[in-house]
Amino acid sequence: MSTEDREVILSIKHVDVTFETGHKKKLRAVKDANFDIYRGETFALVGESGSGKTTLGRAIMRINPCSAGEILFEGKRISGKISREEDKNVVRNIQMIFQDPAASLNERATIEYCISEGLYNFHLYKDEADRIAKVDRALESVGLLPEHKSRYPHEFSGGQRQRVGIARAMIMDPKLIVADEPISALDVSIRAQVLNLMNRLKAERNLTYLFIAHDLSVVRFIADRIAVIHLGEIVEIAESETLFKYPMHPYTVSLLSTVPMPDPLVEKSRKHIVYDPSQLDQSGEEREMRELRPGHFVFCTSSEYAKYEEKMSRMERELG
Amino acid sequence: MDENRNIVISAKDVEVKFRVRDKFLTAIRNVSLDLYEGETFAIVGESGSGKSVFTKTFTGMLESNGTISNGSIMFHGKDLTKLKTDKDWEGIRGAKISTIFQDPMTSLNPLRTIGYQITEVIEKHQKISKEEAKKQAIEMMYRVGIPDAANRFDEYPFQYSGGMRQRIVIAIALSCHPEILICDEPTTALDVTIQAQIIALIRDLQKELGFTTLYIPHDLGVVANVADRVGVMYGGQIIEYGTVEEIFFDPRHPYTWALLSSLPQLGVKGEDLFFITGTPPSLYNKIDGDAFAPRNEHALKIDFVQEPPFFKVSDTHYAKTWLLDPRAPKLEKPEVIQNLHEKIVAMTDKGGAFHVD
Repeated sequence: MSTEDREVILSIKHVDVTFETGHKKKLRAVKDANFDIYRGETFALVGESGSGKTTLGRAIMRINPCSAGEILFEGKRISGKISREEDKNVVRNIQMIFQDPAASLNERATIEYCISEGLYNFHLYKDEADRIAKVDRALESVGLLPEHKSRYPHEFSGGQRQRVGIARAMIMDPKLIVADEPISALDVSIRAQVLNLMNRLKAERNLTYLFIAHDLSVVRFIADRIAVIHLGEIVEIAESETLFKYPMHPYTVSLLSTVPMPDPLVEKSRKHIVYDPSQLDQSGEEREMRELRPGHFVFCTSSEYAKYEEKMSRMERELG
Repeated sequence: MDENRNIVISAKDVEVKFRVRDKFLTAIRNVSLDLYEGETFAIVGESGSGKSVFTKTFTGMLESNGTISNGSIMFHGKDLTKLKTDKDWEGIRGAKISTIFQDPMTSLNPLRTIGYQITEVIEKHQKISKEEAKKQAIEMMYRVGIPDAANRFDEYPFQYSGGMRQRIVIAIALSCHPEILICDEPTTALDVTIQAQIIALIRDLQKELGFTTLYIPHDLGVVANVADRVGVMYGGQIIEYGTVEEIFFDPRHPYTWALLSSLPQLGVKGEDLFFITGTPPSLYNKIDGDAFAPRNEHALKIDFVQEPPFFKVSDTHYAKTWLLDPRAPKLEKPEVIQNLHEKIVAMTDKGGAFHVD
């Protein structure tokens, strides 16, 4: 995809999310996040716990308010005060898939209810028969059977529950899905199933994903573009292949070096690079997002930029 | 590998049953395992395969509805399956065999200081004075990488980060110099960068103190990093075991193939990842034949009828699959895990997806 013919679906504009942590103390969980997500892509937000990745996801869902900046969905502002009508529109079009399917489903409700809940809230069905048909279709689209409707969440395995979580998001026919660590709680083999399912649904429905994860190995497989976030700051954004091939920010490099590889000979001799912020430019110059190559942004000062430029040119020569 | 290694602990034909309402669930079905002194043995398998339950029999920590219905676990001439009360276990659990669990927040007492929780264990097992115990505890805290240990001695768990808490759990587990350390998903709840540190810490301490480690990692990449030998569990049985190189580069059981094939590290963008169809067997019912057969695309007819024995692949490598029977058709492992080493080398080499400069 070239940059020009891509349509921006979600625009994060200089967003801050701040929490009050006691009397007059504030924690800036997300600092000046600024990027666009294009329609039809899978955009991954990768970082460790505490990096602010979930907070940013929740800001998009209007769960956490932005303390600065704004978020635009299809060109319309959805952060801050918006009308009831627009709020409904956001809820319908942006759905979320959670990490722990056991905790995110109502354990006292049947699967039919869990999946229908959005339909009920928005009266998105003509009559009972229509609602049931919609539920059946949603179940089918995630590889579950209509007879599963009357069961309760605890009767399903972890992988099946996650499918229910996906089905209840899909039934709203959303345009954007914020998937917060959707496979972290699942077994290896089930992970593969859920990832395949997400990829298939995306292709079928021209969905856009914001995929929040801590695991770079998974993200490489699923994401078109990746943003790496560290302590609330987005430090690098690039297309997936580029980020893996030419990681520039030392934090990205360190994160990449800790991905465990399934090979004892390689893994036992691999060096884990520890991120050392003291190696960054300490001159006090404000860092900003600078575009190193088209679409490849690094958060840096001007002297760091020169260093990355040099590294990039060297790597490009070496790797061709 | 050294032929005359000492066996530290030897489990033989262990069977574990749980009573659930009025039914019996057989969680472990005749598992035998010898652990050698100083080695790291990793058990892998899906959740529900019985890896945690099996390791819990080593410390008598089964849930109250579970019993070891058959087999023996010999440790220093004692059969651990015969121990019943907490008193019987004194001097073994926590002293000679320690466990580190997944979530450091739930294994520490939030209302007690870190220092108290370490010294408690030392005092209990070593019968030494309070001052001496405190000295040892601070020494242990330094060893597991707590900077400024003396000053952090009186802090509470909430004042520590997740990684630091897990270091404390390790300090407690090692404070009595155990012979066996059981690590039940010690890094699952931690970030990848912290995970790398904790793994390195356990490895360094093992070199220094010489204990044997029984590891249940959640990620096959971690297995590759930590393990000397690997056992693969499925449906309450170990179905293949061997050195870590044998399991990754020359796996023989179709289930091991399937596990390796579904790794996202091996995924090709735009193509589906391999996945195992179906669900693990219900352990309430008697399992006929090979437990993996219903999900195995390579299953032979006999797999549904008769349970395969262990076939020998090498002196250290055994697999429980009829595919190794001389009469079985010759089958290649799936394409995605052929030449695994070459593939991973290409990924981590210059220009590869996981290369770092």
